[in-house]
Amino acid sequence: MDVKKEYIPEFDGDLYKDEFGRTNFIVTTIDKIANWGRSNSPWPLSFGTSCCAIELMSTVSAKYDWSRFGFEVMRASPRQCDVIVVAGTITYKMAPVLKRLYDQMPDPKYVIAMGACAVSGGPFYYNSYAVLRGVDQIVPVDVYIPGCPPRPESLIHGMMTLQEKIRKSKAYVIQKPKKKKEEDK
Amino acid sequence: MENPIVTPSELKTEEFVVNIGPQHPATHGVLRVEATLDGEIIKDVLPHLGYIHRGIEKMTESLGYKQSIFLTSRMDYLSAHINNHVCALAIEKAAQIEVPARAKAIRIIMDELQRLTSHELWWGSCAMDIGAVTPFFLAFRDRERILELFEQNTGNRLTMSYIIPGGVMNDVRPDFVPKLKALIKSIKEYRKEYDQLITGNFIFQHRTQGIGILSKEQAISLGCTGPTARASGLSCDIRKLYPYDGYEKLDFKEVIDYGCDNWARYVVRMEEMNQSIHIIEQLLDNLPTGDYRTKLKGVLKLPAGEYYQRVESARGELGVYIVSDGGAKPYRMKFRTPCYSNLGAVKPISVGMKIADLMANMATIDLVIPDMDR
Repeated sequence: MDVKKEYIPEFDGDLYKDEFGRTNFIVTTIDKIANWGRSNSPWPLSFGTSCCAIELMSTVSAKYDWSRFGFEVMRASPRQCDVIVVAGTITYKMAPVLKRLYDQMPDPKYVIAMGACAVSGGPFYYNSYAVLRGVDQIVPVDVYIPGCPPRPESLIHGMMTLQEKIRKSKAYVIQKPKKKKEEDK
Repeated sequence: MENPIVTPSELKTEEFVVNIGPQHPATHGVLRVEATLDGEIIKDVLPHLGYIHRGIEKMTESLGYKQSIFLTSRMDYLSAHINNHVCALAIEKAAQIEVPARAKAIRIIMDELQRLTSHELWWGSCAMDIGAVTPFFLAFRDRERILELFEQNTGNRLTMSYIIPGGVMNDVRPDFVPKLKALIKSIKEYRKEYDQLITGNFIFQHRTQGIGILSKEQAISLGCTGPTARASGLSCDIRKLYPYDGYEKLDFKEVIDYGCDNWARYVVRMEEMNQSIHIIEQLLDNLPTGDYRTKLKGVLKLPAGEYYQRVESARGELGVYIVSDGGAKPYRMKFRTPCYSNLGAVKPISVGMKIADLMANMATIDLVIPDMDR
């Protein structure tokens, strides 16, 4: 997070000085501080259906180690997650389950479509009677990662792209209260 | 088989159904298991299939023989080379294609390396299901070394489609043999760590010994194959019984254990890793020279008839059954996958055990869900 120095002299900091003469506060906006926190700790759901799940596991473990970027904590329950990485084919039988998992996650929530199958159906696009052609038909997707399966590097790149997206979003949107109709009065 | 845990009859509780999956980290995919419990003791286990059924068998009917090879590596992605191998062997058998000696040797090396990666991943995930997390990271560290070699020579890490009818897709790189020798040397050192961490571990031994007993009769009647059946004393190694591609010339042992429990299945897989290293070492020093592929026509047509070919996958007997009507596309292609048969063993070995042992039982059978559902 960037702290811009030019704001500090304008503020009358003497009121807030502690016993050592230091002012222990920073000036920021809610958007910046919330997005800084959110973008550096998206907790993924441990959800893998097929081949891409193995590459997801490779990314988690020793050589690639995505905990360097803050995605460390894999959760088994959707109620504790921020991001769902759809790793692998989604069939028509699995689609309601994915939708339900997505609905159970608390807001703000993000979806990454990992691999050709999750993006568009991949090698099963033609001639298969059981495969959903892309998860974006049932859940809104934030980042698409192509590949069959994608390399761990491209998964990390996808996650960092998601971080960028989170940083540019508005953390809190205050909705104006609706005007009451005259009839209600 | 006697029930090892006896409940006193006066302490009866109400039966309770626990639904595990389809999104559960211990099922290694999207298997759904319905377990009926009496207190903590399992009364019934009912697996539900089809959450990753992609219709691969039907898809092959609309693709050519060469094209359907790439779909097979998506079935059991942990032994992709072996899946390609069985398909290629069946087509070669039907079309009577001669394979050069160099291609055969490369195929066996790749198969055994694939078996090593598969068993290493199993070792990590099995220990994780029982409660240890560190082995998972160690297993992936060693697996990455083999995957690096795969990537250099075949072009992909996981789904290679490297073994094709007539040989292999391209020749191995000139530095393949020295790199593999260095790799084997480092694998041997790291194998010692596995034994120090898990094999001699008191907690692991108590979680596995005497639990999940699958008798030889049950293994035969359920059609179990691979390490799961060999741990029950059944000799079923296809590499020994129906050798293919030059396994008959190699010196290796068929690993059989008579323990029948989870510990025996663990021991068999660990010993199989040693045997795989032994097989690779024999081929490294005298890798034949010459062609790596027999050139084939663009569109392959098989004579009308029925063909069956089996190989030993990392999980058991993998078979492919092709019915051809003489055209460029198969009339029917059926895969006999090991995980589907081995899944039948989950119920008999889990009934009467505690719910915590269900995860250990499923881990030692080594299930890969897309291999079951195709």
